[in-house]
Amino acid sequence: MAETLFKPGHTACAGCGQAIAARLVIDAAGKNTIIANNTGCLEVFSTKYPESAWCVPWIHSLFENCSAVASGVESGLKFLGKKEGVNVIAQAGDGGTADIGLQALSGMLERGHDVLFVCYDNEAYMNTGIQRSGLTPTTSNTTTTPTGSASFGNPRPKKPMPDIAAAHGIPYAATASVGYPQDIQKKVKKALGIKGPKYLQIHVPCPLGWRHESSLTPEVAKLAVETGLYPIFEYENGQLIPRKIATLKPVEEYLKLQGRFKHLLKDPKALKEIQAVADYNVKKYGLSA
Amino acid sequence: MKEFLEGSHAIAQVIKSCRPGVISAYPITPQTHIVEDLAQMVANQELHAQFVNVESEHSAASVVLGAEATGVRSYTATSSQGLLLMAEVVFNIAGLRLPVVMTTANRAVSAPINIWNDQQDVMAVRDSGWVLLFAESIQEAVDLHLQAYKIGEDPRIMLPVMVNMDGFILTHGMEVVDMPSQEEVDKYLPSYNTTYKLDIEHPQTMGYLADPDYYLEIRYLVQQTQQELLGIIPQVAKEFQKTFGRESGGLIQTYRMEDADQAFVAAGSVCGTIRDAIDELRSKGRKVGLVKIATYRPFPKDAVAAALKNVREVAVVDKSVSLGGFGPFYTDLTSSLSFLAGKMPKVSGFILGLGGRDIRVGSIHDVYEKLGGKQVDCEFIGLKQELLAETE
Amino acid sequence: MIGHLTSKPGSSRANKTGSWRTEAKPKFLKKNCIACRMCVYICPEGIISGEGKNTFTCDLDYCKGCGSCAAICPKKDIEMIPEVEGQ
Repeated sequence: MAETLFKPGHTACAGCGQAIAARLVIDAAGKNTIIANNTGCLEVFSTKYPESAWCVPWIHSLFENCSAVASGVESGLKFLGKKEGVNVIAQAGDGGTADIGLQALSGMLERGHDVLFVCYDNEAYMNTGIQRSGLTPTTSNTTTTPTGSASFGNPRPKKPMPDIAAAHGIPYAATASVGYPQDIQKKVKKALGIKGPKYLQIHVPCPLGWRHESSLTPEVAKLAVETGLYPIFEYENGQLIPRKIATLKPVEEYLKLQGRFKHLLKDPKALKEIQAVADYNVKKYGLSA
Repeated sequence: MKEFLEGSHAIAQVIKSCRPGVISAYPITPQTHIVEDLAQMVANQELHAQFVNVESEHSAASVVLGAEATGVRSYTATSSQGLLLMAEVVFNIAGLRLPVVMTTANRAVSAPINIWNDQQDVMAVRDSGWVLLFAESIQEAVDLHLQAYKIGEDPRIMLPVMVNMDGFILTHGMEVVDMPSQEEVDKYLPSYNTTYKLDIEHPQTMGYLADPDYYLEIRYLVQQTQQELLGIIPQVAKEFQKTFGRESGGLIQTYRMEDADQAFVAAGSVCGTIRDAIDELRSKGRKVGLVKIATYRPFPKDAVAAALKNVREVAVVDKSVSLGGFGPFYTDLTSSLSFLAGKMPKVSGFILGLGGRDIRVGSIHDVYEKLGGKQVDCEFIGLKQELLAETE
Repeated sequence: MIGHLTSKPGSSRANKTGSWRTEAKPKFLKKNCIACRMCVYICPEGIISGEGKNTFTCDLDYCKGCGSCAAICPKKDIEMIPEVEGQ
């Protein structure tokens, strides 16, 4: 097996799901890849000067513009006649994707650049200290949607970002999870084999922000999928291909491992509501085996 | 070849002759004619560039950032709100040491919304690390774009360069322009070559995080480069003059300063109006001249001090204002002259022409009339007293 | 004057994050390993290597002791042992 293109010595927290996914993505993409990275945990923990974990050409500009920077890289390579055989990846966290980076991402998808966008979804602004983002799930306890006498955590549902991306009519949009590492790499390779804009959203547990044991990162990620709370699917040219769930597990199994959902466990009504979210996902994306 | 051209068309033509590989822009008046022309040239295959139509100025600047980081000469243009929306990226491009060239069709800043000319927009990114050049005429704007790539791409420099040209006055005005031929430009401006780029053969990390152990020095190096430019920009202008036979750019230009004891200081198209006013004043025996700021960043502190050392009185004409403070040129000039202490000329600051209010020769005479009186630091010229009287 | 434009690829290796470990480190038992490579896939540091059954090791210079490898091992052939104990 080839040497990894994402070297150790980076300063991600122990058990960081994003560090796992970022390595899987670049190792699947290979050395002929250029990355444009938004501001966020990944950028901070992997490129503290004078060190860098990256073994491919890599650029960080700002929080919200990696899609546009990647568009520029791709256009530059096209001008040079060097695009053939070179992958361009734009990558960001959930805030850099679905909130502040959404406009630039939409522009990139709409213009048809040959770029793979990877969203590392840890469901809040972790780099700044676990503030709510548009991809924070309902009821999650974050530092800006804290629980309190008048609050039950994040009041709003998670933005359907993969569907928003797919609605641009792009050839490939998919979700994946750190619970299924081989599946991430399979999808990265598949996406990079397709010309045009691609979107891949990877569920990456954050032990610190989600408040679970660092060793439980793969387990928590798996349970999100197995409960239907993080549906895994692909849109290939608009056609939905779900990853079926053999035995659906109750949402409680996923929630109970995480401090961010602790307040739900004593509230059967709230648990029922979260179960309804999972049931909706199962129906919407056809997850039942 | 001499042609009668609209300013924007002339700029598009000269950019085409610079052979940029990537152009990205978002429409905003009065910049649009420039990029429309470039889009047409690409559509006609007269220009072999990637033209990227983006969804905002923020992305326009980010696209040229990405392209330039790939080692490709890039171009964008904007104005007013567009530049303000870009501001975050503008700072970033300079910090990344990417020699992008951008035209700013200078325009007033909202609110109230106003599409007409002043020079407020550029002041929002004054401190970004970009080299800031100001054109007086369409001809000079054309010439400065050639010099801009030359300056920015110099391996000793590696900084972005902005050519400021007054919106409408220069972008939509018509002028006989001596357009350099493609052969002349190719000879003057070789293709851009750098090892500082995203290259799969030589991977490197650009845009890293610098903590307090490194940041101060990295920013200091930009300041150092800006100071080195004070020596390099005059050389570039000299070489340009040798090649094309015209004086364009440089740090400052002077007009009738030989024996002047009073002087105007200004930048951009207003200098043409000031020249006319000076001719009239000279005919009446007034010893008055002009120091034109052609390069605003780096600020040519020694050059202005040398030009003004025998002058007893200076009127600074600013077409923008740091609200609550002074005109930006006034601030820079007084800082640059302060070392003269007791021998410093009396410097007064005037604000003119905001939001496209006409600056006529008469307006310059109004400024001149104020000289000799009390020193003022931020006096608005041409205010309509009846409008002010209406306020509650 | 310019400088400090880029960082060198993979230079993070200078930063030995193994010093972060406070409690536990992985011990590869090398008894029941089936070379499924799940520990390789899941390690956030990318520091587990090996080619066949019972050959896998971890570079403790960088291991932060998260325990993901032990948790994911289907054969329970990786154990988190107290940091104080010997290799």
